[in-house]
Amino acid sequence: MKISREEVEHVARLARLNLKEEELAKMTEQLDNILSYVDKLGELDTENVKETTHAFSISNAFREDKVKPSLDQVEALKNAPAQDGESFVVPRVI
Amino acid sequence: MNLYELSIGQAAASLAKGEISSEELTRSCLDRIAEVEKDIHGFVSLDPESALKQAEKADERIKKNEGGKLCGVPLSIKDLLCTKGVKTTCGSKMLENFVPPYNATVVEKLEQEGMVMLGKATMDEFAMGSTSETCAFGVPKNPWNKEYVAGGSSGGSAATVASGECLGSLGSDTGGSIRQPASLCGVVGLKPTYGRVSRYGLVAFASSLDQIGPLTRNVEDSAIMMNAIAGYDEKDSTSVNKETIDYTSALVDGVKGLRIGVPKEYFGEGLDPEVEKTVRNSVELLKEAGAEVVDISLPRTDYCVAVYYLIAPAEASSNLARYDGVHYGYRDQDAKSLIDLYKQSRSHGFGDEVKRRILIGTYALSSGYYDAYYKKASKARTLILNDFKAAFEKCDVLVSPVTPTPAWKIGEKNDDPLAMYLSDIMTLSANLAGIPGMSVPGGFSSDGLPIGIQLQGLHFREDVLLRVAHNIERELGISNTIPR
Repeated sequence: MKISREEVEHVARLARLNLKEEELAKMTEQLDNILSYVDKLGELDTENVKETTHAFSISNAFREDKVKPSLDQVEALKNAPAQDGESFVVPRVI
Repeated sequence: MNLYELSIGQAAASLAKGEISSEELTRSCLDRIAEVEKDIHGFVSLDPESALKQAEKADERIKKNEGGKLCGVPLSIKDLLCTKGVKTTCGSKMLENFVPPYNATVVEKLEQEGMVMLGKATMDEFAMGSTSETCAFGVPKNPWNKEYVAGGSSGGSAATVASGECLGSLGSDTGGSIRQPASLCGVVGLKPTYGRVSRYGLVAFASSLDQIGPLTRNVEDSAIMMNAIAGYDEKDSTSVNKETIDYTSALVDGVKGLRIGVPKEYFGEGLDPEVEKTVRNSVELLKEAGAEVVDISLPRTDYCVAVYYLIAPAEASSNLARYDGVHYGYRDQDAKSLIDLYKQSRSHGFGDEVKRRILIGTYALSSGYYDAYYKKASKARTLILNDFKAAFEKCDVLVSPVTPTPAWKIGEKNDDPLAMYLSDIMTLSANLAGIPGMSVPGGFSSDGLPIGIQLQGLHFREDVLLRVAHNIERELGISNTIPR
């Protein structure tokens, strides 16, 4: 086994996902399958190879620090599932 | 001939001369939609009234000689491109009611041209899938045989173009999502070089791989749409500040002097004999037309699926962390605490494939596994990029299949995610390397399903792909065909 049920539960917690019992069993099996497959990367010698995170690395993509129009409060809140006209509303935290 | 059958190039010419109006053209597409959409299901949302208003405006602009080449041309837009005031669902229950307050840059550019947006095209949920079957709002069908998949994730874009519901579409390609459905539906699909087209306003899946591009019924139309969307955008810091060209000028007759590379790893086990025959036939035609054919090896091809299915989920797990039930999107109403709000909203809002990829990605990035998975894959990505660099010293374009087989039946591969991932083997590497890739129709299987030819080229050499595609199209005489 590449990944255990407990590890899938742990990862789900990190990803803020609840998995039902049957989902957990199915996901564990499928993830195990996929992770066993990607193990083949071990065959590649990457000892002195640099990582690629972007096919093109553009560094320092600066622009002028000018104020430009942006979303106003009404627009920014428009898609919120709960809001009070000024803020996003969430269940009480403390 | 019905107006909806026109290519973009033909329509633009007739519109400019005043032979037809955008209203007539738009009505023709809407009639076609009324006729076939119930069987195709290429649209998540449609707004005929708005389309006719846009057409009216376009007609006014054409009269005043304003607007671009796409002025008055009816298009569909993949439902992950933000459209101001128009619902953008990304194929997910999570964004079922999301109405973007701004346009994606590409949508803005097409609006400036004067396009008529008919509606938003169906797609795999958050663009994760190879058949559009993970869409929360119904599955698009292959117009050539409705029991078969249209491909994915831009399945709705390909299906609406292939069936004549619109003249062209914008899709996005993270691991083949433009080229594969284009191939399976018999249309032209172009994934530009990473950074050639702005991603601003594209709902992100894997930010180092995502790229927007056109799906059209012929190669000229692909060039016309590229002219409209390519270019630097200061709102996308990964877009490349490099001059664009007139892509239609690349449509040169003849391929004399071009070196056509045939990568042997793309012709291995599992390749459908009819697909192989179709691709080899196109290579032969290009050779007869004066191209030099070169044998190429891309030795790390076999590792692309493993690299991709670590890197793309890793980026996705990070990008999709924003869906928390707070700022926009689905919210579970029963949650009592903030942490439950996150968990329940995400668990109910996302479908299985999205959850699967979030889990893989989170695992690959998590403490203790990062080096073994994400870092290892990022290093292997360098080797894949090096393979292409070496290949393009010997040739100007790589010609290969797009997919190992023609379209398969709806539901056929749904129980085995890995089998589905493996069908992407020929398209993933272009995204990992950031190079442009294209699918152009090459023929049909004995069952009457389309087979595409994939072209891959050097960074920013979309012109070479367009030229080769134009000549394949010319030699084969397959373009702008709509199934009856």
